[in-house]
Formats: sequence, C-alpha cells, structure tokens
Amino acid sequence: MPAARTVLVVLDRPPTELDVAALRRLPLGEAAPGQAGAPVVLPVVFDGPDLAEVAERAGRSVPDVVAALTAVELTVAFSGFAPGFGYLTGLPADLHVPRRATPRTRVPAGSVALAGPYAGVYPRASPGGWQLVGRTDAVLFDVDREPPALLAPGARVRFQDVG
Amino acid sequence: MLAPGPLATVQDLGRPGRAAIGVTRSGAADAASAALANRLVGNRPEAALLEVTAGGLRLRAGRTVLVAVTGAPLPVAVDGRPAPFAAPMTLPPGAVLSLGTPWAGLRSYLAVRGGIDVPPVLGSRSTDTLSGLGPPPLTAGTLLPVGDLAADEPVVDVAPVGPPPDRPVLRVLPGPRRDWLDDAAWAALTTQEWAVAADSDRVGLRLTGPRLARAREGELPSEGLVAGAVQVPPDGAPVLFLADHPVTGGYPVLAVVVTADLPLAAQLRPGDGVRFRA
Repeated sequence: MPAARTVLVVLDRPPTELDVAALRRLPLGEAAPGQAGAPVVLPVVFDGPDLAEVAERAGRSVPDVVAALTAVELTVAFSGFAPGFGYLTGLPADLHVPRRATPRTRVPAGSVALAGPYAGVYPRASPGGWQLVGRTDAVLFDVDREPPALLAPGARVRFQDVG
Repeated sequence: MLAPGPLATVQDLGRPGRAAIGVTRSGAADAASAALANRLVGNRPEAALLEVTAGGLRLRAGRTVLVAVTGAPLPVAVDGRPAPFAAPMTLPPGAVLSLGTPWAGLRSYLAVRGGIDVPPVLGSRSTDTLSGLGPPPLTAGTLLPVGDLAADEPVVDVAPVGPPPDRPVLRVLPGPRRDWLDDAAWAALTTQEWAVAADSDRVGLRLTGPRLARAREGELPSEGLVAGAVQVPPDGAPVLFLADHPVTGGYPVLAVVVTADLPLAAQLRPGDGVRFRA
C-alpha cells in the first residue's frame, strides 16, 4: 500500500525474520521508472467554483491556470480517501493551494480538485475540502471493470481542456 | 428479512489486497465470531453471513435451512420459542427466527449453511460502510438467497464460547508514529481507562479519556492504515480503526491493537470502558 512517503506491507500472518529480511533487500531508495505507454487523458471542463480563487492565490489569470494544469504530466502517487481516488503529483509549486477552511458537504462526482501538492478527481459524490477547479465525465471507478480504478499508483495522467 | 434491527449487513472475509486502489478490507468486524458461525453450519471460510448490530433482527426461512448465531450473546427464538446460541439449528420452511438484544457485546453473526449468496463486488459480498461497496445495509423485505459454499456436514453440537469480557483489555504494539506524540500520551493510552464514544461504528471507535498531546508540530503526509491502528487527530481524542477503516490517514498512529484482539474491540459498545496493555 503506497502512500505519500511510506509503503505499508500487510501480511495475512505474523511476520517472520525472513519477511523482514526480504523487505530490507528491496531497493526502496531508487525512484521507480515511470509507467510505460501513453498517459491517461482526462477530458476536463475547467469551470470549478474555486478556480478563480486558485488563480488569485497563484497570481495567475484563470486561462493561465488552465494552461498550466493541462501542460503538466501528473503521476498517481497513491490512492486513498475513496475507491479510485488517486493523489496526483507533479503540479507547479504555485498551484499548491490549501484545503478550503470549511469542507463542502457534497462535492459532485467527477470534480477535479487541488489541495496541497496534489490534484485529484472525486470518483463519486462525497463531502470534500479540496479546491474545485473543473469536472470530468471520465468514470474513475467501476467495480465491473478490470482494473476497476482508472487511476492506479504509478499511472501518468494529463488533463485535457474540453471546456 | 422481516426486520434488520438497528444495522444488519452482509459480511465475509472482505477485500484484502486492494488498498492500493483505495478499497479497504472491510469484512466481518469480529472475524473470530464470524468464522465460528460458519464452522458451526459447516460453511467454507469465505461464505458470507449476516453481521447483526445490537440484535433486533427477525427473518423467515423460505425453505429448510441450517443456521447458527454467534458473537454478542443474545436471546434467540424460533417461532417464539427459545432456541440455542452458538449451536447449529434447523429452521423449517416458514419458521421465523428472532434475535433479541445482546446482554453483552454489540455484534452477533448469523450464518446459514451455504452462505448468503448476494452478488460479490470486487471478490467479496461484504458491505463496506465507508465507501458503499457491496450490498446496502439490509432492510425489511429483502430476500436473501442461500448459496452453495457449504463444506462437510457440521459435527459440533454447540461451541462453548463465553461472552465478551466486562473489562476488556486490548494488547497494543507501539505505532509507527509513536514519536509524534509525547511520552505522556503512550503512558495515558496504556494505563488509563478509555470510554467508547457514541459516534463509533464499523469504521472505528472514538475513544474519550485524557487528551493526548503532540510531541511535534507539522502535518504528517498520508500513510497506509490497518484495522487496529490507534490514530490521534488534532483534537487529541484517539480513534481505534475497525474493519471499514480508511486506507490512508494523515494523523499519527500512536499504537496498533494486535490482530488477535480486534474481535474484542469490535464487540465494544458506546459507553463501554476499555483498557490497552503494552
């Protein structure tokens, strides 16, 4: 289970010294190579209710923020919060924005959002405190699909402006 | 299903190994009692059963079925007549099984020989109350199909299990971020009595007691969580995560309850006292 800076290993039995030794042999200091193949392209309409505030914080115009968000290639660092929710890294530093002081009680499914160093897409409607910059109709999570999650750790992602 | 009681869900062994895509394990909160119920009716370990929270469930057998009730002990009746707890029993077609209110513990398990055969989602029939995966909590009128996950005929008449202890003590190991809390926090966790708060559920137990203080400031980047993790949010009141825990969390984990003691944790009711032993 990868997370921001750690990897959690869960066994279905108590760990032995051999397990610990096997883990110590893993080359954890080396950066993993990027996933081969084309990135996942998410079509996004950039009309989120927090887009103007994000632009103001960044000292950029709204079109400039959209251009920045569609220019970068993001990487799914890890998942969490909800099935299919990937924490996407690779944002320009000036688009690292704080969470909203008061979370929204309902964020619509497909909302494209920013918080801290991460971008993310809400797989389904839920409460949420991230800054909403757009929306996509991509299906992030589908239990009848293999793999169920569109964005798994390691995947590369691009936003495409379809507004 | 005639009446589900306060909360009844379908549970099995859950969805292990999918945390990397944000899917938590889920499964029976008291896995030991669930496994016992399956053994009593001769089911395979992966058979799904009912997790009945605070009793109150009533259902009618559509055909002859072999059932067993384990976990939180409660009055069991078939067509109004007392029936055994922690023992296999046959329900004839049309018989009504009713569960009263547990006199100890919180979660009882009702296994049916063959298993509850709702459609699996990502390899499991468990209701994940955090993310909504699996069947919704049961409602009156729901028809529960019985599957074919029976193994050998059961041979045990009754399982001699005691009720959950009055004064439960859960064994803990130091958590990965014990150093984010001050020394008094670990001492308080492992010496004080804690009370289970009302807003506790399958996701976790909120504990009230002394306020645990940080030894250092700053935000912890999100880390993987396990059932049994004792996480300390900024308000200083620890949360002990259970079966439907989030897969990641951004607050320090002070301690982890050993896996063997999670069934005890799952039987704690709001208002109960609990202690932790290092």
